[in-house]
Amino acid sequence: MRQSRAIDVSTGLFVLLGFAAILFLVTQITNREFSLRSDSYRLVAQYENIGGLKAGAPISMAGVTIGRVESIGYDMNLFKAIVTLRIDARYDAIPNDSDASIYTAGLLGGQYVGITPGNSEDAYRDGDSVEFVQDAIVLENLISKYLFSQAGKDKESAAPAAQE
Amino acid sequence: MIGLLGELTDSLRRFLERLGAITRFFGQVLWQSPAVLLRFRLVVEQVYNTGALSLVIIMTCGLFVGMVLGLQGHDLLQRFGSEEALGTGAALSLLKELGPVVTALLFAGRAGTALASELGLMRATDQLSAMEVMAVDPMRRVVVPRFLGGVIAMPLLTAIFIAVALFGVQLVGVQLLGVDQGSFWSQMRGAVELADVNEGLIKGVTFGIACSLIAVFEGYNAEPTAEGVGRATTRTVVISAVVTLVLDYILTALML
Repeated sequence: MRQSRAIDVSTGLFVLLGFAAILFLVTQITNREFSLRSDSYRLVAQYENIGGLKAGAPISMAGVTIGRVESIGYDMNLFKAIVTLRIDARYDAIPNDSDASIYTAGLLGGQYVGITPGNSEDAYRDGDSVEFVQDAIVLENLISKYLFSQAGKDKESAAPAAQE
Repeated sequence: MIGLLGELTDSLRRFLERLGAITRFFGQVLWQSPAVLLRFRLVVEQVYNTGALSLVIIMTCGLFVGMVLGLQGHDLLQRFGSEEALGTGAALSLLKELGPVVTALLFAGRAGTALASELGLMRATDQLSAMEVMAVDPMRRVVVPRFLGGVIAMPLLTAIFIAVALFGVQLVGVQLLGVDQGSFWSQMRGAVELADVNEGLIKGVTFGIACSLIAVFEGYNAEPTAEGVGRATTRTVVISAVVTLVLDYILTALML
């Protein structure tokens, strides 16, 4: 009897440890938030291109995380990406002409939505859609633009260069 | 030439025979499982045997795997000037591959061999036949509880292994090599998704089923001699390792 109780205790300890480890993995190293206060409101933004934005990406204002990207969908009528932004209810006075742009954190970091405040007197409310947006910058597009502009310059300067 | 061909077909036939036998065995074990789960005490004992007793080796190995990962990862990432990605890289590789696979290999070595040799010895000393004589079903009393204990213990061991290994990565990367703690964790959190954790746990459960099944099958069907028990134990480790790695590829391909 005594021995079986000792077995129970260490088995219980083992199972507890196992579940604690699972809990640690789920809450501490993923970007999922299990906050008790789930007060938040939602905004919808439409983008031509969201780059590598993912659900769960942070929404930041002046560098402070104020919410998360809740979901990303594609509208077959508009041919645009529909991004639902979930913002903490504490930040309820964001002017309703603020713009939501997609930025990249660091050179190789993940992408996030940055909100720049506008000048409007009225604040965003639940379900509003964001009018001013800026798409993610796609590196390939930038490079090709740069190359094409360089090619144009080269043609102009080709004639004088030949004379030298 | 003909002899070689004959040997080949012979070993192929033996392989198919064993595959068939273990599949039938798996069916029997699954069939008996619900009834055994009602007598949970037997299962708890086996969770203790396979899980709690493997804890020390799992945690020690996890710590060192994590520390090596921190060292190697830091050395590699340093070349690209992105040491901060160490957390992301370590967490993803641990969750998706290293955690479940190394845990399964250790599990096969620690718990699988114990199960196989225990059952093999029971077979060799006619304890299993004695149970049958006493109208006690050895499948239900001995085999299935051991199988279920392993299946329950394996995912928990996997989670513990990964958590301890992450602590090891953090120990070497942040404390020793000076990666910034804030970006270490925040980049990790930014990149790791719940699906990655699930992938690790699904692999843990699958490997648990595979390794436990192989161990009890080999033990239960061991030749009733000292040599036979030894061979069953060896085969348990070898087959478990191969099956784990093959299953790992299949699961990765399915979930990627």
